[in-house]
Amino acid sequence: MSVDWPVALYETLKAAGISHISYVPDAGHATLIELFNADPEVVTNVLTTEEEGVAIAAGSWLGGKRSVLLMQSSGVGNCINMLSLPVQARFPFLTLVTMRGEWAEFNPWQVPMGQATQAALEAIGVTVLRAETGADLVETVAQAATMAFEADQQIAVLIGQRLLGKKKW
Amino acid sequence: MAAPTMDRRVAVKTLLDARDGALVVTGLGSPSYDVHAAGDRDDNYYLWGAMGGAALVGLGIAQAQPEKRVMVITGDGEQLMAFGALATIAVAKPKNLDVIVLDNQHFGETGMQASHTGRGIAFDQIAVACGFTETAELRTLAQVDRLCDSLRQPSAGPRLFVLKVAAENLPRSLPPRDAVHVKNRFRRHLGFEPC
Repeated sequence: MSVDWPVALYETLKAAGISHISYVPDAGHATLIELFNADPEVVTNVLTTEEEGVAIAAGSWLGGKRSVLLMQSSGVGNCINMLSLPVQARFPFLTLVTMRGEWAEFNPWQVPMGQATQAALEAIGVTVLRAETGADLVETVAQAATMAFEADQQIAVLIGQRLLGKKKW
Repeated sequence: MAAPTMDRRVAVKTLLDARDGALVVTGLGSPSYDVHAAGDRDDNYYLWGAMGGAALVGLGIAQAQPEKRVMVITGDGEQLMAFGALATIAVAKPKNLDVIVLDNQHFGETGMQASHTGRGIAFDQIAVACGFTETAELRTLAQVDRLCDSLRQPSAGPRLFVLKVAAENLPRSLPPRDAVHVKNRFRRHLGFEPC
């Protein structure tokens, strides 16, 4: 598996019953966002800030739908208080987080939040999984969806920056 | 002379008596107490935290249940924390979401400090600028009565109404604090089982 992982991820999420997503614009998620936006069976929301998507996902589950939040590691810092909602109410919660501030990062401003992402998520009670290859990512997301939506868990899958490739500058 | 305001509990009771099957989400603090005081129900989802999340939880429900009307009842302080949410909701264009902001122009839960709405910020105008289908600022219970009639009419998009209410801390009427319990009974109301 190489550059086609976003397509495989889309198919995996569809197979897991995802019919609702929220996202902030992000280069790493660009293909996935395009695929969902083009899918008439899926409701999509563009957000002004990531924590909005945490609350929307809770509402989606209350209404009987499975939702996924797409964001970047810098956005995790915006979400911490809102994550008390899925953690406290045991809402199924799945977010896919593209990493910045690690492998071949060129922007020092991305490093503090990138390095704090996993610890911050774990501190609020979210389970963190990581993937560094496309094949591993697809498999990880498939099982994370089961854990989230069938076992009421709150899960973030971190997509390593090595997988995303060095940002063109 | 200060502009008139209304009794929040009477206003909320009036809205809920006319809810007509609407699913209700409440923002933390007094709006949750107001809704609970009007009668605890399985189709109420109360937030005790997650400040700024009420209208967005409402959006998620509205998108998942497009055939049902969703009414969010929150406060000015709670909605101020999620200014951008109005843009997100406007872009999402749900036809079944009504946001009611109980605006006492103060942060009532924390000692009645004056909020932004008492200093010129008008949520109904912000919602207009974002593209909400219908908005209004209401100051009397008679206006709330008329609002109940118009809420029954179909809408082409999200609506937001600001109810200017008296700044007072009424006796608390506390909803269940067990968020899992409230979640499961809300879902059961819609025919969904817990995990």
